[in-house]
Amino acid sequence: MDKFTVLSAVAAALPEANIDTDKIIPARFLKTTQRTGLGKHAFDSMRYRPDGSENPDFVLNQVPWRKAEILITHENLGCGSSREHAPWALLDFGIRCVIAPSFADIFFNNCFKNGILPVCLPRDVCDALMGDAAMGSNARLTVDLPRQVVIRPDGEEVPFEIDPFRKHMLLEGLDDIGQTLQHEGEIKTFESQVAQERPWMPAISID
Amino acid sequence: MAPRTLFDKIWDHHVVETLPDGTSILYIDRHLVHEVTSPQAFEGLRLAGRRLRHPEMTVAVVDHNVPTSDRSQPIEEPESRNQIETLERNVKEFGVPYFPLLSANQGIVHVVGPEQGISLPGMTIVCGDSHTSTHGAMGALAFGIGTSEVEHVMATQTILQRPAKNMRVTVEGTPGAGVSAKDIMLAIIGHVGTAGGTGHVMEFAGSAIRGLDMAGRMTLCNMSIEAGARAGLVAPDDTTFDYVKGRPFAPKGDDFDKAVAYWRTLSTDEGAHFDKEVTLRAEDIAPSLTWGTSPETVLAITDTVPDPALEQDEAKRAQMVRMLDYMGLDAGQKIAGTPVDVVFIGSCTNSRIEDLRAAAHIAAGRKVAEGVRAMIVPGSGLVKRQAEEEGLDKIFLDAGFEWREAGCSMCLGMNPDRLTPGQRCASTSNRNFEGRQGPGGRTHLLSPAMAAAAAVTGCLTDVRELA
Ligand code: SF4
Repeated sequence: MDKFTVLSAVAAALPEANIDTDKIIPARFLKTTQRTGLGKHAFDSMRYRPDGSENPDFVLNQVPWRKAEILITHENLGCGSSREHAPWALLDFGIRCVIAPSFADIFFNNCFKNGILPVCLPRDVCDALMGDAAMGSNARLTVDLPRQVVIRPDGEEVPFEIDPFRKHMLLEGLDDIGQTLQHEGEIKTFESQVAQERPWMPAISID
Repeated sequence: MAPRTLFDKIWDHHVVETLPDGTSILYIDRHLVHEVTSPQAFEGLRLAGRRLRHPEMTVAVVDHNVPTSDRSQPIEEPESRNQIETLERNVKEFGVPYFPLLSANQGIVHVVGPEQGISLPGMTIVCGDSHTSTHGAMGALAFGIGTSEVEHVMATQTILQRPAKNMRVTVEGTPGAGVSAKDIMLAIIGHVGTAGGTGHVMEFAGSAIRGLDMAGRMTLCNMSIEAGARAGLVAPDDTTFDYVKGRPFAPKGDDFDKAVAYWRTLSTDEGAHFDKEVTLRAEDIAPSLTWGTSPETVLAITDTVPDPALEQDEAKRAQMVRMLDYMGLDAGQKIAGTPVDVVFIGSCTNSRIEDLRAAAHIAAGRKVAEGVRAMIVPGSGLVKRQAEEEGLDKIFLDAGFEWREAGCSMCLGMNPDRLTPGQRCASTSNRNFEGRQGPGGRTHLLSPAMAAAAAVTGCLTDVRELA
């Protein structure tokens, strides 16, 4: 996983609440067996017209936001299905940071697992950042994870909160599995305890 | 010890270790795997040279992509076929127990788990699918996870989690005629909203819940995710134990008795703290359905479509206007009498034998209305077989319904079962998002009996008029 430290990039505004994972990546594109390649279908129903051509009114089809690496939305981003294809599609499109007043639980989690930083900021701050984003490439936003600030084009710094463990994982580009396996001893102890306390739990085998 | 909720107890029994920042390593008893959210996880294991820590606590099944028509033919869509074949290669390579497509045990993962006795009370159960909440009906802590977490569970049999908050939804009283678990759940979602349970595990309690059979409890827990909850829970009781007894993978004999003794300890203690409480009366709930593209847009079948002009909040008003436009409905019109094109009875919400019986009861001796396509998709091969033994297939076929093979089907339209733009569907599934059942499709969520009523009258109908 790529490390996330300081990102200075074009930001795109999608001023909508409840953008669900079906909208981020519709079910018909979930047939892949890989993590990559979904970027071209991100926001498919908003990005393309029924005949398959690009919808010129959609922000991610416009210059300079075609190259946006930061996405700003309204409340409850990523609600609906647990599909990790949603953050994969965003990442494959080039998005490394999503900013919103609130996120759905599973999507929020899934972002971290893919090196995408979800930043939770109050609605009025998001609206102000959307104003910056509207200025396009003249107004890059900088997301500084070590210092936990978003730096606006005029230099104003907006602080944000992040769980220290998750921050560490993002900064180092670490995956959870390696971390958890360091607790092998505790897991083994737990397993032998359960084998005594709940011995009736059957093993599954299907011939 | 301070009084604890059911959630607290299951949680406490599964914490391996709590890390300094408050995250816990939570032990997982059952990991259910399907073809859509697993290939990248197996690939990750392979790249890192890892194996499954406990394949015997894992079960795989194909459901999302499978055709629900003739299974003697090869699968036509090459990408669907590839995903299914990839799962078959992976389960072989990693030694994962698997129900193949042609097995009578195949079906929707959330139907198969309880039906086989794989999902048991007191367990922690995960699956790369948000409707894993269904298994909470067993009195298990069950929730959906992303693919990276699927890989994490495969490699470590644990997951990193912070404890959820506790919420209790109490429904007291006796539901009236025509009111099923689906109607109760739609009423709850309509009441608390789609974010009402965010960050919470939702325990269902009260006499109306106790009175539900296991299928009904599964319907409730299934849609707790539509109320934003992390998971749904019903405390296990004699109804649960009777259901579990004798299932293929349930404990047997002496082990079963020991298990029941433990399961009986799994209920919320008197005086335990809930962060949020909601109470409804069953008598106030009518046969219900959704009118918009969010599961919280719930109406009684006797209601009229709401008028955005009466909504104070500007953003909500705009959303309502958009939903009415998408759904092709007018403010103030009676929802009953709206013509439908398609009826879908199936999905992990409502495809169990009890659901099919309820639909057959309405369909018996009637005919599907002219121009309506009505399909029944049983939740598993076993449900299908039982329905056939009871003669339900004959009732449906005589009435003009399609009688199909088990799978997710038109719930999400990954297989060929899809709506075309503008088609209106009365559906027993759980999500009515724009395009969920096919691009441009219009979904009304409702109970199996209400869906059958729509099929035979050709329009959204109060099932009480047909009973
Ligand atoms: S039936 Fe629908 S909701 Fe249930 S698992 Fe399948 S796709 Fe998901």
